[in-house]
Amino acid sequence: MSARADVLAQARRWYWQRVSAMVLALCVLVHLVTMIVAARGGLSAAEIFSRTQGNWAFAAFYAVFVLACAVHVPIGLAAIAREWWQWGERFSLLLARGAGLLLLVLGLRAVWAVFAAGS
Amino acid sequence: MNSVSNAHLNVRIWRGSAADADGRFVDYAVPRQDSQTVLDVVTHVQRVLDPTLSYRYACRVGMCGSCAMSVNGRARWTCRTHVAKVLGADGVLEIAPLANLPVVKDLATDMRGFFDKWAQAQGHFQGAQSRHDDFARVQPETPQRKAADAGIECIGCAVCYASCDVVQWRPQFLGPAAMNRAWTLVNDVRDTAQLERLRAVAGDAGCHSCHTQGSCTEQCPKGLAPTLAIAGLKRTVARAAVKGKL
Amino acid sequence: MRRNDHRARAHASWWAFWLHRVSGLLLAVFLPLHFTLLGQALEGAAALDGILRFTDNPLVKAAEWGLVTLLALHLTGGLRLLLIEFGSGDGLRKNWIAAGVGFATATGLAFALALVG
Repeated sequence: MSARADVLAQARRWYWQRVSAMVLALCVLVHLVTMIVAARGGLSAAEIFSRTQGNWAFAAFYAVFVLACAVHVPIGLAAIAREWWQWGERFSLLLARGAGLLLLVLGLRAVWAVFAAGS
Repeated sequence: MNSVSNAHLNVRIWRGSAADADGRFVDYAVPRQDSQTVLDVVTHVQRVLDPTLSYRYACRVGMCGSCAMSVNGRARWTCRTHVAKVLGADGVLEIAPLANLPVVKDLATDMRGFFDKWAQAQGHFQGAQSRHDDFARVQPETPQRKAADAGIECIGCAVCYASCDVVQWRPQFLGPAAMNRAWTLVNDVRDTAQLERLRAVAGDAGCHSCHTQGSCTEQCPKGLAPTLAIAGLKRTVARAAVKGKL
Repeated sequence: MRRNDHRARAHASWWAFWLHRVSGLLLAVFLPLHFTLLGQALEGAAALDGILRFTDNPLVKAAEWGLVTLLALHLTGGLRLLLIEFGSGDGLRKNWIAAGVGFATATGLAFALALVG
């Protein structure tokens, strides 16, 4: 890749991390409230399923949440790898892509799991 | 360690050079005065105690930035730093060369890399007019001119550069001063090298690696805010990229 | 060349950066675990209940509280950054650092009370 293309890619990563951050700000706020409400009186599978099973709005919300995480987290991880662990550019990006893929797959699987549980 | 009376300061000065494998701190006892600056202390050491000490200063009145050094771990102008203000609880005054710059000898650092990055960030004005054209008319109250004015008092002392961890972690990082200057030029309506400059300051070696630690803004002796200048660069680069102009 | 030590980093903005980065890292490490545990719902309600019983352990509850607090901190730290980067130049917004710590503490407390109550 040319130096200029590199610079553009880096600028894009910054941009997408900030955009995903804005999405996550909303998602996290909702999630924090949900957690505090749901944690009262203990958690059970039945309780969770009663809220999530067959609930399209829930599934859509958490799918967006997972997607935003899969964009946001890797970019931060790559910066930490470069700056604190002194990894090279290639390995940092490899870590980032791996982490993004992992979060996407595991995250969407989890959303599906509680949406379609038992069916 | 000699015990020193209140009449003397316990001063530790870093000695060493690029050729020296090990720099080390050397202790000096300097007579304490009222209203004494760190530069006064260094000057006393060199003139009275140890003529082999190398250091830089010029104006000694807080205008040139040449006397910038690390005092008790923080980058400062030594001519504008009163000993009484920075003396540690243990009564020790530790003086070292600025961080993040190669050391020439003792307290003098090699500033070439710092200024090279200034040039790399397109930190110089490029205009289309000549002396035969009429004066440019720049309104002082426009947001652009205000943004430029907020940063143009920089005298290139490298205190911000020495204070920045990203400079330490990423050797290619342009640094706060270079990008602060670039921002003043981005806001200069007469400048014609805008696109070139945005390309120069974008990317991981540029504005996108600033993590808003704010050490630059915290330490700048002129009260400038490179953190905000860099934030401005991020916005401007993003706008240009979105419009496909980058 | 000489390097900076903790003395150059002893200011609010730097601590805000450090907290933001470390909280993000810990959350990043936690997330795959979180997703995997929830994914157990694929095995049915009993399997998920088994996991939830495991998390009844007080050490796990303490870790959950820690993560909730870190998440709230990372959120407010991030909002502060978005304000600095996209908002008008109003300095390093140190009031946001203070407000952020307050919000995170309150959130953690609310979560702890929900657990206990």
